[in-house]
Amino acid sequence: MFEKVLTKHINMPESRKIEYYEKHGGFQAWKKVLKNMEPDQVIAEVKESNLRGRGGAGFPAGMKWSFVPKTTEKPHYMLVNADESEPGTFKDRLLMDGIPHSVIEGAMIGSYAIRANTCYIYIRGEFVKEARILEQAIQEAYDKGYLGKNILGSGYDLDMYVHRGAGAYICGEETGLIESLEGKRGWPRIKPPFPAIEGVFRCPTIVNNVETLACVPYIIERGAEWFKSIGPESGPGPKLFCLSGHVKNPGVYELPMGIPLKELIYEYGGGILNDKKLKAVIPGGSSVPILTADEIDVNMDFDSLAKIGSMLGSAGVIVMDEDTDMVSALLNLIHFYRHESCGQCTPCREGTNWAEKLLKRIHSGEGTLKDVDLLEEVANNIGFRTICPLGDAAAMPIQSFLKKFRHEFEAKVKKNVA
Amino acid sequence: MKISFSESAMKEFQDILTRYPNKRAAMLPTLHLVQREFGWISREAMEYVGELLEVPFSEVYDTATFYTMFKLKPMGKYHLQVCHTLSCALRGAGHLCDHIREKLHIDNGEVTEDGKFSFVKVECLGSCGTAPVVQINDDYYEGLDTQKLDEVLDKLE
Ligand SMILES: Cc1cc2nc3c(=O)[nH]c(=O)nc-3n(C[C@H](O)[C@H](O)[C@H](O)COP(=O)(O)O)c2cc1C
Ligand code: SF4
Ligand code: FES
Repeated sequence: MFEKVLTKHINMPESRKIEYYEKHGGFQAWKKVLKNMEPDQVIAEVKESNLRGRGGAGFPAGMKWSFVPKTTEKPHYMLVNADESEPGTFKDRLLMDGIPHSVIEGAMIGSYAIRANTCYIYIRGEFVKEARILEQAIQEAYDKGYLGKNILGSGYDLDMYVHRGAGAYICGEETGLIESLEGKRGWPRIKPPFPAIEGVFRCPTIVNNVETLACVPYIIERGAEWFKSIGPESGPGPKLFCLSGHVKNPGVYELPMGIPLKELIYEYGGGILNDKKLKAVIPGGSSVPILTADEIDVNMDFDSLAKIGSMLGSAGVIVMDEDTDMVSALLNLIHFYRHESCGQCTPCREGTNWAEKLLKRIHSGEGTLKDVDLLEEVANNIGFRTICPLGDAAAMPIQSFLKKFRHEFEAKVKKNVA
Repeated sequence: MKISFSESAMKEFQDILTRYPNKRAAMLPTLHLVQREFGWISREAMEYVGELLEVPFSEVYDTATFYTMFKLKPMGKYHLQVCHTLSCALRGAGHLCDHIREKLHIDNGEVTEDGKFSFVKVECLGSCGTAPVVQINDDYYEGLDTQKLDEVLDKLE
C-alpha cells in the first residue's frame, strides 16, 4: 500500500514545531548531508531519483542543479518558489502550513547542493499566515543550529529568509520572481542567460517549487531507488493532487504519481457534486489543455498526460459538471490571463485583451460565428511568440476549449443570428 | 505632508536591510511595512521609501503600482477580497459578490461611506479546495456561502 510521506504528519497537533518534526525523523537527512556528502553527491542522488519539478514545467531537479557552476566566484542563491498562484493549485500552502520544516529542510539540502549560502523563500503576499509560520520555523532552525554559520561544525554557512510577494501571478514565473525579489516589477527576463548561470543579483540561482524541495529530504534519507519505486520511473514519487470545482470532496490528496484521473475524481473526490454528470476536467492547473469526460481514463503523470495532448502542470485538477457553461468558464480564465499579463510582449498583452473582448461578446449573445474563428486565430498568434510561457498558458485553454467544446460557443452565437 | 516610520518600524526596516545584498531588494518588504504602518501607500510614502532605499521616486512608483496588494488609496478598515477565479466561480463566488454589493452598497473597488468596508474582486487565492474564498485583511475565510459570510461580517466591529 502507498504510504503518505509529504503530508503524513499534517493535521497532527504540534506538526509545525521543530521538536515534533525531529521526533519523526526530521533533519536526519540534513545531518547526513552535512556529515557524509559532497554537494555533487547530493546532486547525483537527486538526479538518480528522477525527481521532476512540481512547479509546472516538470524539469528534472537534479539536472537543473548540475547547471550551477561548481566554483563560487560569485555567491549562489537558492530561491524557493512559494508563489502558488496557478488557478486550481493549493498544495504548497498545505505543506508550509502543516509541516513547514520539511520545506525548510529541503531548501537547506538544495542550497548545499548548489553551494548557495543564502536562500529566500518567495511566498505570495496573500499567504500572510503561512509566511509567519515559515518565519517561526526558520527561527527554530537557527536556534537549533541547523542554519547560520558553520552549521553543526561542518564549515558550511546558510542563511534563510522569507520574502513576501505582493499580488502578481507572473512572479511565479522564475525570472519574474527574480526581478520581483530584486525589488522591481515582476517582468520576466529573456533567456538565456538562464538563472543557473545568471539569476538574482546577476549570480547563479536555482528556483524550485515548494513541493519539489519537500521531496528532497526523503530522497536523501530513503534513497533514489525508493523514490523511483513509486509511480512511473521516468517521473516518479509521491505527489500532491489538488481537487477543486464540482467534486464532493475537494482537497489535496497525496498519492503515487500516475494515479488514474478517474480514480482521483470518483474515489478520492467522491464523484461529482450533487451526483451530476461530468463534463470536463482541467488536469494540471488553469494553463493546461482541458479534457472531456471521455478522456479521463488517463494516468496522472507527466508522460501520460502529454500523450493525450495535455499536461500534469501543477496537478491542479478542476472538475466541471454537465451544467457548466464552457463559454463562461473560458471567459473566466481569459479574464485571469488578461489581468495577469505583465504587458511586456505585444502578442500576450494585446492577444489576451482581444480574446477577452471576443469572449465577452460571444458570452453576451452578441457574437457571430466569425468571432469564434477570430478567437481561435488570436490564440494561435499568442502562443510561443513571447518572452515567458504565460502567453502559451493563455492560448492553450482557448485552443483546447474551442477544439473540444466548439459547439457551445457556436450555439451562443447561432441563437443570436437566428 | 512629510511622513516617517515610528521608532519600532524603523528598527524593523533596518533589520530588513540586513537580509539583502543591496537596498533596492528591500523594496517589497519596505512597501509592505509602509502599508502596515500607514494603511495605504501615498505619494509621500513612496517618496519616503525612495529616500530610504536611495531609489528615484519614479522607480518606487513603478514597482508599487505593479502589485495588486499595494493600496494606492485608503481602503476600508476591513478590506474584502473576493476570489472570483474559476474554482471559486464554480462554487458560488458570484453569489458572494452580489450579496456584498446588496448588503454593503458598494461595487468592486469601492469603500463604504463610513469607511468600515471595502470590496475588491481578486484572482485565485491559492485555496481552491475550500472555495469560495474571501480574504479579509490578512485572514482567509473559506468554504463560504452568503449566510456564513454574513456571520463573519456581522462579527467585525
Ligand atoms: C506564468 C507562470 C506562473 C508560474 N507560477 C508558478 C508558481 O506559482 N509556483 C511555482 O512553483 N512555479 C510556477 N511557475 C513555474 C516556474 O517558472 C518554475 O518553472 C518553477 O518554479 C521551477 O521549480 P520546479 O523545477 O521545482 O518545478 C510558473 C510559470 C509561469 C510561466
Ligand atoms: S508572455 Fe505575457 S506575461 Fe510573459 S513576459 Fe510577455 S507579456 Fe509578460
Ligand atoms: S479559484 Fe479561488 S482560491 Fe483558487
